[in-house]
Amino acid sequence: MSALKIKKGSSKHSAYNLRPTFSDVQERHTLAVLVDNEPGVLARVIGLFSGRGYNIESLTVAEVDHTGHLSRITIVTTGTPQVIEQIKAQLGRIVPVHEVHDLTVEGHAVERELALFKVAGQGEKRVEALRLADIFRANVVDSTLESFVFQITGSPEKIDAFAELMRPLGLIEMARTGIAALSRGAE
Amino acid sequence: MTRAMTGAKMVVQALRDQGVDTVFGYPGGAVLPIYDEIFQQNDIRHILVRHEQGAVHAAEGYARATGKPGVVLVTSGPGATNSVTGLTDALMDSIPIVVLTGQVPTFLIGSDAFQEADTVGITRACTKHNWLVKDPARLSGTIHEAFHVATSGRPGPVLVDIPKDVQFATESYTPPSRAKLSHYQPQVKGDIEGITDLVAAMERAERPVFYTGGGVINSGPAASQLLRELVDATGFPVTSTLMGLGAYPASGENWLGMLGMHGLYEANLAMHGCDLMINLGARFDDRITGRIDAFSPHSKKAHVDIDPSSINKVVKTDFPIVGDIAHVLEDILKVWKARGRKVNREAVATWWSRIEEWRKVDCLRFKPSEKTIKPQHALARLEALTKGRPDRYICTEVGQHQMWAAQYMGFEAPNLWMTSGGLGTMGYGLPASIGVQIAHPDALVINVAGEASWLMNMQEMGTAVQYRLPVKQFILNNERLGMVRQWQELLHGERYSHSWSEALPDFVKLAEAFGCKGIKCDDPADLDDAIAEMLAYDGPVVFDCLVEKHENCFPMIPSGKAHNEMLLGEAETQGAIDEKGSVLV
Repeated sequence: MSALKIKKGSSKHSAYNLRPTFSDVQERHTLAVLVDNEPGVLARVIGLFSGRGYNIESLTVAEVDHTGHLSRITIVTTGTPQVIEQIKAQLGRIVPVHEVHDLTVEGHAVERELALFKVAGQGEKRVEALRLADIFRANVVDSTLESFVFQITGSPEKIDAFAELMRPLGLIEMARTGIAALSRGAE
Repeated sequence: MTRAMTGAKMVVQALRDQGVDTVFGYPGGAVLPIYDEIFQQNDIRHILVRHEQGAVHAAEGYARATGKPGVVLVTSGPGATNSVTGLTDALMDSIPIVVLTGQVPTFLIGSDAFQEADTVGITRACTKHNWLVKDPARLSGTIHEAFHVATSGRPGPVLVDIPKDVQFATESYTPPSRAKLSHYQPQVKGDIEGITDLVAAMERAERPVFYTGGGVINSGPAASQLLRELVDATGFPVTSTLMGLGAYPASGENWLGMLGMHGLYEANLAMHGCDLMINLGARFDDRITGRIDAFSPHSKKAHVDIDPSSINKVVKTDFPIVGDIAHVLEDILKVWKARGRKVNREAVATWWSRIEEWRKVDCLRFKPSEKTIKPQHALARLEALTKGRPDRYICTEVGQHQMWAAQYMGFEAPNLWMTSGGLGTMGYGLPASIGVQIAHPDALVINVAGEASWLMNMQEMGTAVQYRLPVKQFILNNERLGMVRQWQELLHGERYSHSWSEALPDFVKLAEAFGCKGIKCDDPADLDDAIAEMLAYDGPVVFDCLVEKHENCFPMIPSGKAHNEMLLGEAETQGAIDEKGSVLV
């Protein structure tokens, strides 16, 4: 039997070219995952995303039920509808996961983020920063003669906008919490 | 009533309460207290393996042959890391395994102590779940939970890491009846509306096919029984994955044989041409589907699986049903009978006549030889000389011999066939055969092996001899890594890079060195007698069957191709795999 004619270095082709395309549309979803607050649970969730090649745009976690030791993980992820469905199914498979909610599907959720901004400057820039902070309803939580630390809450877009405005005014450092989200309404 | 006892005693008591009779293991510093307890009791039998990987594969063999979880006990550090391949294997094939590992004392964790490894960190990705038990009060409850998780829903391996000071500490023991109820309770009943929709589709179907997988076997004997009832009542053809062989009997009227990359022509063409595919407990693995955008293009697909993440993972499903196979099959039968047992008889008969045409191709035919033993011939003879025995268990290693065994050997019942399907672990078969033989001491247990795979865990022959396990190691010796060689021939220009076995041991002498019987056979005329000699010998046998060195395994769906593009033999291989296909494994 003779050899097949195969070009060298054909490995640039990916097996994934042969994968089905359910839909190419990338969607952004906010998932709320209720988990047992036990050691390693966050590693399991993150390991799932890295191991299977999913995206994490934002992730926040804190214990929300101190008696039941339950934590709520809020994850913002992007992917095709099929990938989003897979992510939810795979999350649901993790043993300490109690509930997986897709807040994007369950109705427009309230999404909020908290951020701290350190802005240093003097003179007009300092006054302008304070004026803009007032417009954005940011609070001053620390001040020196050369700097402010602002605390701001709101949608990620609002925080992005505030950051853009602060940059020319002496933004030195910023810390963001990532998104916390709840579904609207009584349910 | 709770009893106070040490952690080590609790481990043994918890195993006893979980109905464990056998543990496969290897001692070491961090599990000495548990080994001390094992020494002082007789309820649980400990099988000393020669390598921790062997312990996990043996436990897998035990689990698959019995339907009960396999239990492994190993030490910290290297003991735990050596179990990783076995854990991954069990995860891919959904085999219930409980691995107990020793760990350095809690006050040394994180200090890079002797034989310390981050066992739960390392095994997080290759277990269904794992636990590090730092509080002795939670030890017994955690072990009970571990058994629950390993065996509930889609089965899989779990690991409990137990620091040495926890083994020494005294606490009160919690029996299973008083353990906290786990919130992990997977759904077993399928949605009845979805089932009714599927039954309606089955009534209309003109070209139906059942595509069954390991899920049917994992679901228990009732699932196989119900599958047989449903297949025979509807008259639909049935094919199976490598993992599902035996769920429907190979001698059954509607059996098409295995499907997939090295599956039978008629099975793959039935999958390609069907109008209703009913997937029961299989997962549209890439070995099954081939090129996915050309996979069974004209069919509606039903998928019954206990794991919701399997559904719509690779193939879009028209009838998704989440549930345990036995429960769902029971409901399908109930609904189908209640609606009047309707089947589109005429169309299905036409469908069968097409299948019969494909069958006439006789895709498993091979050119026999009078000079050398063809591997297919060796397995056909092994099958012929053993198939009457209801207690015949076949294990395999991984490679060409594995595919030939699946093609040429027939299985009449579930739990008779142990092979590493998902992970494809060379070195699986010998320890697995030991696990099977431990579970069924009087059964005929044969490991169909290749010489290269077999060498990977051959140290376990010591275990077989120590416990007088009459396992038969049937090695198809082609002095090659046959499947690697086949791929190099087909798509790497016959450049056989490192795919031959040089400096092979004399297997007969090796067998004798281990204290078992060695048989060598290289003449087709002697084969039957040699096999009979192997079967008659009451003890472990290493059978060195020297076979044709360059035989290729057909039929074959080249990677990147569709089911209807399969190759039947040597003549068709030219230009068969294109550039895109060559990057797939």
